Amino acid sequence: MAVIRDIAFQGGQMLLVLLLAPLLTGFVRKVKARLLRRQGPPLLQPYRDLIRLMRKDAVLADNASWLFRVIPYFVFAATWIAASLVPTFGSGLLFSWSADLIALIAVLGSARFFLALAGLDVGTAFGGIGSSREVMIASLAEPAMLMIMFTLALIAGSTQLSTMSAFMNSPEVGLRVSLGLGLIALIIVAIAENARIPVDNPATHLELTMVHEAMVLEYSGRHLAQIELAAMLKLLLYISLIACLFVPWGISPPTADPVHLAIGVVAYVGKLAVAGVMLALFETAIAKMRVFRVPGFLGAALMLALLAALLRFVSRSF
Amino acid sequence: MRGLSFDIAHMLAGSLVLVSFLQLYQDRLSALINVFAMHALVLALSVAWQAFVQEAPHLYITAVIALVFKAIVIPVALRRIIVRLGIHREIEAVVGVGLAMLVGIGLVALSMVVMLRVTAEADPLAREDLAFALSVVLLGLLVMVTRRNAVGQVIGFMSLENGLVLAATGAKGMPLVVEISVAFSVLIAFIVIGIFLFRIRERFDTVDMQAMDRFRGEQR
Repeated sequence: MAVIRDIAFQGGQMLLVLLLAPLLTGFVRKVKARLLRRQGPPLLQPYRDLIRLMRKDAVLADNASWLFRVIPYFVFAATWIAASLVPTFGSGLLFSWSADLIALIAVLGSARFFLALAGLDVGTAFGGIGSSREVMIASLAEPAMLMIMFTLALIAGSTQLSTMSAFMNSPEVGLRVSLGLGLIALIIVAIAENARIPVDNPATHLELTMVHEAMVLEYSGRHLAQIELAAMLKLLLYISLIACLFVPWGISPPTADPVHLAIGVVAYVGKLAVAGVMLALFETAIAKMRVFRVPGFLGAALMLALLAALLRFVSRSF
Repeated sequence: MRGLSFDIAHMLAGSLVLVSFLQLYQDRLSALINVFAMHALVLALSVAWQAFVQEAPHLYITAVIALVFKAIVIPVALRRIIVRLGIHREIEAVVGVGLAMLVGIGLVALSMVVMLRVTAEADPLAREDLAFALSVVLLGLLVMVTRRNAVGQVIGFMSLENGLVLAATGAKGMPLVVEISVAFSVLIAFIVIGIFLFRIRERFDTVDMQAMDRFRGEQR
């Protein structure tokens, strides 16, 4: 019975993230459009786009290898698995014994690696430029991410996300400088990883500025739908990660009754909405950076993470 | 209560170090001045919290001095100066952001190692505060070193002084006289530097310090 409940819980979480991801993207787009005093597309537009893409034929380049066809499924699967590992509304996840934070970063990293390969596969100039830029950003963002995770794991005494979020929820954690630095660094990394505005513009098709879009330019039909859905899931994943580590209030404990679960779901949706509004505000207020300034931006995240780790070691005295 | 008050003091002092890093990151003068105002604001908050924790009302005066002079008067004056000199859009830094930040991390590590070893048996609150204050002082020096422009160097000097105030409030029982005299000496230094800026500008047509190497006979 307990096994069935665990499976149902995990399945519910996976379904929830899959269903909410396009809505979140649509919500961010809507808020951004309203901030620019435009009407903007309806909230459900991303779902319609995905369904339309699924129905269309996939057009493949003549010289595309099997890798090019397999990668969209792989990227989507990897991102979905990663998203199912992060506690969203409840921490009693069935999968949480099998993979911790470091595995999560590795899964996301392999998804990115294969996407970069796909960009190179067909041999067009845009795919190449997109892949090279993506890898440049990743090579800076990943060390920063790992450093942040080390700091958080040192504080929480575990790399297991459910344990960490339970620890962050307990009163003993207090206000810590390392946590503040880690939060800022994690937000910078999340912005870079999700190709949001100061680093990359998700809405552009201007060749000189795009990174992610250039990489997936050759994809169409159901392949493109998979990749777009994976990108939406990734945004949801990072917001959930920040929420479960830094604002873990409302996440229901493993053995919870339906009331707690309902509170957890409502709190989770609320957190997503707040994060979406903040993201839209930030993106509207700031201009996109030149590509060559991105290393400085991400370097700052790495420095902050290093500083956080340093402070964690030094202020052991209390 | 003890734990929380300590955490907040620690957090504020840590934010001061963070804002010092932000100063290193900025490469435009007007942005640098904004960050300096933020620096002073965080300092005022930190000092006010110390006043509350230590129940030392005279520290509130220090906080108000920091707020009024350093967060409002000096940034506004500096902004006027750079607008009048026509350099408010100038980008100036001797070394790149990445290198400066790396050196900054090194300095913070250094001050931690030195302070925590030297003050082994002191009160932990004062101890961590001193370590943070030393990092702020060193980062202020770094800002001075990495700026080519005289205005940037003035800001580095002012943020260095903020670190000194942080150190002084962390230690219990600093008399108010000291604080007031420090505040006024900084204000006077600011005025003198401001006059100098215009004199330098009149004579050399620039406030870029590299131009002055020529007049010292250090031909590049």
